[in-house]
Amino acid sequence: MSAAMMMTRILAASVLLTATATVALAASEADYKAAYAAAEAANKEAGGLRNQWTTTAATLAAAKKAGDAGDFDTAVTRATEAEALAKASIFQATSEKERWKDLEIR
Amino acid sequence: MMRLAIRAAIAAFAVLALAPAARAAGTVDPVADKAAFQKFFTDKFPKLKLEDFVNGPYSMNEDLHKQWEEKEQFPPYEFSLEAGKEMFAKPFKNGKTYADCFPNKGIGIRQDYPYFDEKEGKVITLELALNRCREANGETPYSYVKDEMAALTAYMAYTSRGKPMNINIPNDPRALEAYQKGKEYFYTRRGQLNFSCATCHVQSPGERIRAEVLAPALGILNAMPIYRSEWSGMGTTSRRFTTCNSQIRGVPLNPQDDEYRNLEYYLSYVSNGLPISGPGARP
Repeated sequence: MSAAMMMTRILAASVLLTATATVALAASEADYKAAYAAAEAANKEAGGLRNQWTTTAATLAAAKKAGDAGDFDTAVTRATEAEALAKASIFQATSEKERWKDLEIR
Repeated sequence: MMRLAIRAAIAAFAVLALAPAARAAGTVDPVADKAAFQKFFTDKFPKLKLEDFVNGPYSMNEDLHKQWEEKEQFPPYEFSLEAGKEMFAKPFKNGKTYADCFPNKGIGIRQDYPYFDEKEGKVITLELALNRCREANGETPYSYVKDEMAALTAYMAYTSRGKPMNINIPNDPRALEAYQKGKEYFYTRRGQLNFSCATCHVQSPGERIRAEVLAPALGILNAMPIYRSEWSGMGTTSRRFTTCNSQIRGVPLNPQDDEYRNLEYYLSYVSNGLPISGPGARP
């Protein structure tokens, strides 16, 4: 294989890789909707435990704002953050069912 | 063989002797809680008299205490207190007044609230009782957090100034459950900052959080309602609870939700014996 042919193949491969990578990174509206629904469900569960965080609500609002503006990358990132916050609040509420006793004055 | 039997008997006796202690750890004992709670604070601040705890941060810091003494000459809650006095006396559209809804016509009774209503099976706070009085007389309820509600409770607290907090827990398992739930709420960490009420008001009274000097939990509700410079106005116990929750990045519950009523019940009970000092002023 000549050096020129080798170079052409490498170039073609890198163009293909770059194109595929761009497709994989760009979030769609469906990705956003799925991420938002997961975050909302987790926050609802935290609400059932009477332990929602203000930061979860704010991050969910930021996700919706980005989603409404068609910026699905940001929307998915924010929704994922909101889900993580909601899950942390669920963990807190669950673990505190026993842990509160550590602080009790006896 | 005989030795073995004696050993077994001794072991069984030891287990029986330990059993009551293990049970006691799981039981709800408000009297013991109150004694331990008050001892914790008096041990932590041995120079303070028990009744001084109701002055919150002003009892913790000498400079603040001086500021407070000056402030008390023209107290910032005075307008609210005057308004509350007028509102309390003014008849509803049906001719009745708040006095018709309360024992002793509502005068000098603040120290008995909240109480456990055995008929309803729930804790009734003074704020709740005031709004129920309004609704029973065809009036719309007030916001629980400030303005009119703060004014009315300011006046009622004023008529009880100096009277010792006198919260009763009747011999009813539901009352004990409400008390215990209030206690759990008090010590439970919540919000993104992972704070409980106790984090600030048990572990750190007298310390600063940003510019504020934290008040001790003991006697904290005896001064309610309060004028807070931070709020530029008056606030009720409901306002104090909801803003505490949002400050630690937790979504507050609705004022007078069961959790807050139970919390007020617990926190008031463990301050039994300390004088009512409301309405108060805070930085």
